[in-house]
Amino acid sequence: MYQFSGKLKSLSIILTVVGLIGIGYSFYTAPGSIEDAKEIIANQSSHGDDHGNNHADAAHTAISDSDSHHDASVEADSHHGAENTHHEGAKDVSNHEAHNEHDAHAEHAFHQLQNKPWSALYVSLFFFLGISLLVLAFYAAQRVAQSGWSIVLFRVMEAITANLVPTSIIMVLVILAASVLHVNHMFPWMAEGVFDPSSPNYDAIVDGKSWWMNVPGWTIRSIVYLVIWNAYRWFIRKNSIAEDTANDNQKTYKKNYNASVIFLFLFMISESMMSWDWIMGLDPHWFSTLFGWYVLASLLVSSLTVVAFVTIYLRSKNAIPGINDSHIHDLAKFMFGFSVFWTYLWFAQFMLIWYADIPEETTYFVARFNEYKLPFIAMVVMNFVFPVLLLLNSDYKSIPWFVVIGGIVILGGHYIDIFVMIMPATVGPFWSFGIAEFSAILFFLGIFIYTVFSAFAKVNPIPKGNPFLEESEHFHYYNIEHRGEGSGDHH
Amino acid sequence: MESSKVIHAFYNDDEVLLDAVKAVKSEHYHIEEVFCPFPVHGLDKAMGLAPTKLAITAFFYGITGLSFAIWMTNYMMIEDWPQDIGGKPSFSWIENMPAFVPIMFELTVFFAAHLMVITFYMRSRIWPFKKADNPDPRTTDDHFLMEIPIHNNEEALTSLLSKTGAVEINIVDKH
Repeated sequence: MYQFSGKLKSLSIILTVVGLIGIGYSFYTAPGSIEDAKEIIANQSSHGDDHGNNHADAAHTAISDSDSHHDASVEADSHHGAENTHHEGAKDVSNHEAHNEHDAHAEHAFHQLQNKPWSALYVSLFFFLGISLLVLAFYAAQRVAQSGWSIVLFRVMEAITANLVPTSIIMVLVILAASVLHVNHMFPWMAEGVFDPSSPNYDAIVDGKSWWMNVPGWTIRSIVYLVIWNAYRWFIRKNSIAEDTANDNQKTYKKNYNASVIFLFLFMISESMMSWDWIMGLDPHWFSTLFGWYVLASLLVSSLTVVAFVTIYLRSKNAIPGINDSHIHDLAKFMFGFSVFWTYLWFAQFMLIWYADIPEETTYFVARFNEYKLPFIAMVVMNFVFPVLLLLNSDYKSIPWFVVIGGIVILGGHYIDIFVMIMPATVGPFWSFGIAEFSAILFFLGIFIYTVFSAFAKVNPIPKGNPFLEESEHFHYYNIEHRGEGSGDHH
Repeated sequence: MESSKVIHAFYNDDEVLLDAVKAVKSEHYHIEEVFCPFPVHGLDKAMGLAPTKLAITAFFYGITGLSFAIWMTNYMMIEDWPQDIGGKPSFSWIENMPAFVPIMFELTVFFAAHLMVITFYMRSRIWPFKKADNPDPRTTDDHFLMEIPIHNNEEALTSLLSKTGAVEINIVDKH
């Protein structure tokens, strides 16, 4: 049995506390009024010469706040116009029209600055929640496929899904904060008057989608997704442990199989809808039909990487009996394969929009390419070029430190991917990677370490009752030599 | 030309064959060749064959295909007959690069796959109209054949092979 060491436990608690302090600090320092926001912007502009740009960009990402009754193509033009006017306005402050616009911008910028700590929290929350969720889905897929190789990793995967519980609870709080309490402006379509034709905030495009995008529907759906995922996790964890001692002619095993089939079906639907609601809804005018897949690919490759990390760590502590190099090799193959899969979906989405060049679609990439150029391009290199070059060679896939280096870059890249999905819509040009973002990562990492390793320490590290356990323990990918520990007894 | 004798041991199960190969190798006999109706995983290692370099050639064939695609799209779409791609008449290869990615991908795969197959044929000495050189047609059906050259050790080999589960052992002259 694995012992959750006191050292690791205190590390996780320190991370959580430090993260929490940082998050608290970022909320405390967020501007409380428009005047504060103006001051922050003025301070920012005095540092650099991109004052005009900053504001023009703020106008650019103002999707529903400032432009309420244009259709999308007109809107793109008017943005462009605003950019020009304002650019001149920045040079000539006496320009009255620009000054008025400035106030509208200031309010918008104020909302974006207020969103900043929320968005930083949301990016990390979504990343960690998504990773736990996709580990759960991958685990269910292993059960449905009745795969043999992965049985010794079942308890590792189950342990990682334990993190779904705290992240879901925090997600519910964030969902309620956004929808019911209205304490942030991350989802512009939740603003007042968006669905009211007499309001200056009226948005005809969003109103047309009101059958889907409405606050009660969104809140209920969000909670339903979380309930479905957590219900399956609770069920499968309980019955997977029951499998160990069931000895009932595989009745429990078959029950788990059936539950996993049902879950995978519900998961594919709820994951897609989740990505529309939680991410695409941040940019309510924009849509992409493969967005659900794209988010899935990003989270899937991250989750496989996390499984590989936890496995490599636990293996170095000799905590997983029966594991050998071939299991690491297979995880690295998945990391490699899903990196390519992510690139395929990312590029498929990009290329069609780039090719067609329709303003209502290109706004998404214009916002990202103008203001997020570095993370946007770095992400493609980190998520595609690097994994391909590092993990292409079969021999490297079973060498733990190679997998760890590749994995760190993959995780970093996919964090940036989520960052670039969320930030342009919520904070626009005011993005940065500072205390707020870093603390949120630390906070969720601390929770992750605590929940995962305490869940792993609770039960037998291998699922004894699984009929494929023997196959998994003798798993040997024919093309590699076993070098690592635990491999001496096979072949 | 001096004729040399070889021993042909037949097996009808790949697992038995694999164990037999290991047994023969552990007695330090040289196995000339093993003929199989289908690929047997781990056989190359058991026989002590050097790992294939085919993967490395595939990588370079892929690079060749990628380079060819870049050259080809640039020549066809930019230089020879400049095209307005997607309403963006930039006439620059790099600015139109997203449109060429599918072509680059496909030609990379095309070159890697086809040239790798051709390399494999050449390396295995298989080419059109070549006469089959498997010693027994049953190796294309349900039998495995291990061929070991004999150097005055006929009896020792025969007894070893019959112990490994060979279903038939023949001694033949090989020219």
